[in-house]
Amino acid sequence: MKNFLKATVAAIAFAAVSSAASAADLKACYIYVGPVGDFGWSYQHDQGRKDVEKHFGDKVETAYLESVPEGPDAERAIERFARDGCGIIFTTSFGYMNPTIKVAKKFPKVKFEHATGYKTASNVATYNSKFHEGRYIIGQIAAKMSKTGTAGYIASFPIPEVVAGINAFMLGAQSVNPDFKLKVVWVNSWFDPGKEADAAKALIDQGADIITQHTDSTAPLQVAEERGVHGFGQASDQIAFAPKAQYTAIVDNWGPYYIERIQEVLDGTWESKSTWGGIAEGHVVMAPYTNLPDDVVAMAKETEAKIAGGWEPFTGPITKQDGSVAAEDGVTLEDGAILGMNWYVKGVDDKLPQ
Amino acid sequence: MRIELVKRKEHSRKMALLSPVIAVGLTLVAAAILFAASGTDPFLGLYKFFIEPLTDSWSVQEIIVKATPMVLIACGLAVCYLSNNWNIGAEGQFIFGALCGSFLPIVYPEFETSLTLPLMLVLGALGGAFWALIPAVLKTRFNANEILTSLMLVYVASLLLDYLVRGPWRDPGGYNFPESRLFSEAATLPLIGDGRMSIAAPVAVVVVIVLAIVLARTLKGFEIRVMGESPRAGAFAGFSAKRLTLFAFALAGGLAGLAGTMEVSGSLNQLLPTISPGYGFTAIIVAFLGRLNPVGILVAGFVLALSYIGGEAVQASMGVSDKIASVIQGLLLFFVLACDTLILYRIRLHSRRTTATGEVSRA
Amino acid sequence: MLDIVQAVLLTVITAATPLLIAAIGELVVERSGVLNLGVEGMMIMGAVVGFAAANQSGSGALGVLAAIVAGMAMSALFGFLVLGLVTNQVATGLALTILGLGVSGMIGEAFIGVPGLRLPKLDIPVLSDIPFIGPVVFQQDAIVYLSFALVGIVSYCLFRTRIGLILRAVGDNHTSAHALGYSVLKVRFLAVLFGGGCAGLAGSYMSLAYTPQWVENMTAGRGWIALALVVFSSWLPMRVIAGAYLFGAVTVLTFHAQALGAGIPSQFLSSLPYLATIVVLVLISANRRLTLVNTPACLGKPFVPDR
Repeated sequence: MKNFLKATVAAIAFAAVSSAASAADLKACYIYVGPVGDFGWSYQHDQGRKDVEKHFGDKVETAYLESVPEGPDAERAIERFARDGCGIIFTTSFGYMNPTIKVAKKFPKVKFEHATGYKTASNVATYNSKFHEGRYIIGQIAAKMSKTGTAGYIASFPIPEVVAGINAFMLGAQSVNPDFKLKVVWVNSWFDPGKEADAAKALIDQGADIITQHTDSTAPLQVAEERGVHGFGQASDQIAFAPKAQYTAIVDNWGPYYIERIQEVLDGTWESKSTWGGIAEGHVVMAPYTNLPDDVVAMAKETEAKIAGGWEPFTGPITKQDGSVAAEDGVTLEDGAILGMNWYVKGVDDKLPQ
Repeated sequence: MRIELVKRKEHSRKMALLSPVIAVGLTLVAAAILFAASGTDPFLGLYKFFIEPLTDSWSVQEIIVKATPMVLIACGLAVCYLSNNWNIGAEGQFIFGALCGSFLPIVYPEFETSLTLPLMLVLGALGGAFWALIPAVLKTRFNANEILTSLMLVYVASLLLDYLVRGPWRDPGGYNFPESRLFSEAATLPLIGDGRMSIAAPVAVVVVIVLAIVLARTLKGFEIRVMGESPRAGAFAGFSAKRLTLFAFALAGGLAGLAGTMEVSGSLNQLLPTISPGYGFTAIIVAFLGRLNPVGILVAGFVLALSYIGGEAVQASMGVSDKIASVIQGLLLFFVLACDTLILYRIRLHSRRTTATGEVSRA
Repeated sequence: MLDIVQAVLLTVITAATPLLIAAIGELVVERSGVLNLGVEGMMIMGAVVGFAAANQSGSGALGVLAAIVAGMAMSALFGFLVLGLVTNQVATGLALTILGLGVSGMIGEAFIGVPGLRLPKLDIPVLSDIPFIGPVVFQQDAIVYLSFALVGIVSYCLFRTRIGLILRAVGDNHTSAHALGYSVLKVRFLAVLFGGGCAGLAGSYMSLAYTPQWVENMTAGRGWIALALVVFSSWLPMRVIAGAYLFGAVTVLTFHAQALGAGIPSQFLSSLPYLATIVVLVLISANRRLTLVNTPACLGKPFVPDR
């Protein structure tokens, strides 16, 4: 028994020493709000992390913490990585904003990247993607394909990004059919397959024959498949779950951004900035168009090319729900107005939760 | 072969001390097997999980930060459970207390005096107590089962928080994002140490000591225990079950609300849509692991917090999945609970149905 | 209009079924005097094992069976600790949930992003042709029928058979039951196993019928609601149906209210099912006599055969 104990202690001591050394030039660390198995938001960030590993090989080591709740645990998780020698830390949820800023103050040499927030510092950059560009395209498709002229939108929480998504979808739809109707249901959750499925059914029962969602699970698409209506994938290509129902999907593609920023750290050229990439930068990717007639695919591709060429979906004329003018003809909304959007465009059949 | 429990004549003091050690030993073996099965070095894994967090002042402070709200809530819950009041809605009381405690710094941010913080704490405790009194009153007035009502109110409280943070209490300068304004200096709990530890930690220790004395040495403590073990005897002694129910719920809710306010003021500095990673539920486990004894709760809270911090450490440094961490946590709880049996019972193994006296066992 | 009502009813059935099954199992457990708070953990294990087995074998029936076995295995662990080693029931149940969430995540890692099997709908001939009712009630998958059968069987057994009498006796007064020669622990262990099997079945309904896929934590708190429903029903099987369907109906109707553009804060609507449950419980409980008669007197109290 004594010998066993001795051996154990020796092994532990050895292990502790050997773990201290690491061969990589840089350690890149990630904090996820959900499980990497959500097949949605966190899953796609983790795909980006895997792209980094593939791209840099042994030069960059990665680590991640998943299911870190926004709140008191976030600051500890971020600080742990900063202490563990991470050179760059990606915090991938809005609720991590203030903890990221706090920890960044304590560790001026570590680079921080916060997704979807608005506070920056000399060592804190922010990044997000223009998902609303994709939403404009699927809005157009919806208006072309819907027989009832009504789509259902399953929304998570009324934050600007989600509201902008709804508006972009509506503008896209109205560009095809000015009388298009959109019903919105808030499920107050990013991730609850059961609730999302129930909401999808409720929307279909009320006449929607196109379902789209700004929540993370594949449940709404599966309901669409079962009920014989159509929908769109969210965050990742979900065609496997709805081979007949999915028209396309708005895919979050974080890999290119992560690789670019990590390369900059390695080169010593990293600077704090706010990145808001879209289709042009390859940060938002449309999954293959399926189950669609050729002319609709052509229209979608044309819009995609137009957006990639620099056109902004939030270009006037845009009328707010209350009838006031949001943007005159030909005027493009400023980034700040889109990032802080708290109003609906005209035609959305819902009252925005205030 | 069958296992039989034989009740000891009195609590085994030896086992009371030994059983947690055996439990930890079993957990270590199980964890080592898990690590090995998932392709990680088991020794390194165990070291990172259970020992390294204790060797570094930062992580020790983090363990204390994590343990503080759980200990505070569990203390109140212990009083509930000792007196047979099944309050499992501490999570809601935590949240509602935090809401009430945040009222001042969010609605009257310019009110910055030395009174701000004490007022917040009082409001928080009152708020938590109020939320806990709802199931208590429904129980005493309408006989409604408190397990259900207290649990349902958790969901209501978290939806209310959600509504406020996304609506009326949204930070006016926050681009409509769901968060309240940051608290001012006057509304922030003073920090101690060089990490994130605030005076909430010593407050929790004081609560533990006071409660330990009250339970062991005072008439109130006697009342709580008597009413839990034998309500009829208590009634003869002139104790009122209804009043005790109200008292236990109010105390538990008050402590949970205080914990919520201190968490928001000391660590978050603002309200977010989620302010608790399930503290109210974890505290139930802490209360029972600590054998409903305040000092035991202190130890249990520390151990459970260690299992969180350690789980995070192996995840961050060795890429061990967080599911393994939660499996280890579940096993630790099972082993501790199972080993505690040894305090009250001796285990006897039988080869057949007959026992030493030849009588047929009915169990 | 009739179409909408029909459609709503269909949705309510899907939403209520997992709650109903898990709750009826827990009801039996609690009637025997044991409180198992680990329903969520057993349910999530049922969900992942059911999905995995169906996926590997290609058979939905096998998946459901495997899920039941998985739920029973979890409950056996609980039963061994709580009955064999007299551990605290509340804490052991909570630990079971933590363990279940962890283990299910580990098992499920291989099945993320894999489309699942959907249990087929069974049309009951003739009956499914009844206008209005037919398509709603008689065109469901097997588990929905099973859920009603379960309630019927449990209700019958509990109040009309000797087994039920023994079970209730054990739950109401274990000392007397023991003195009468019944094996309290054996009865309780079997009840716990039944509860585990039901929770596993409810889990498989989640991953094979409700939303045919596996994602971590996909039961999203339904095990807790099932627990609450048992109390809500004041331990009467028929009332579990009422509770589960009321809860499901309010949940679904809040979505419809939103889709109609009611303009009420969605958080308020989301909290309605919980508030409605409280209100109804208070109304039911006001009748003290009835509630007390049905509450298992030994609920949560450990029993060690004294010799």
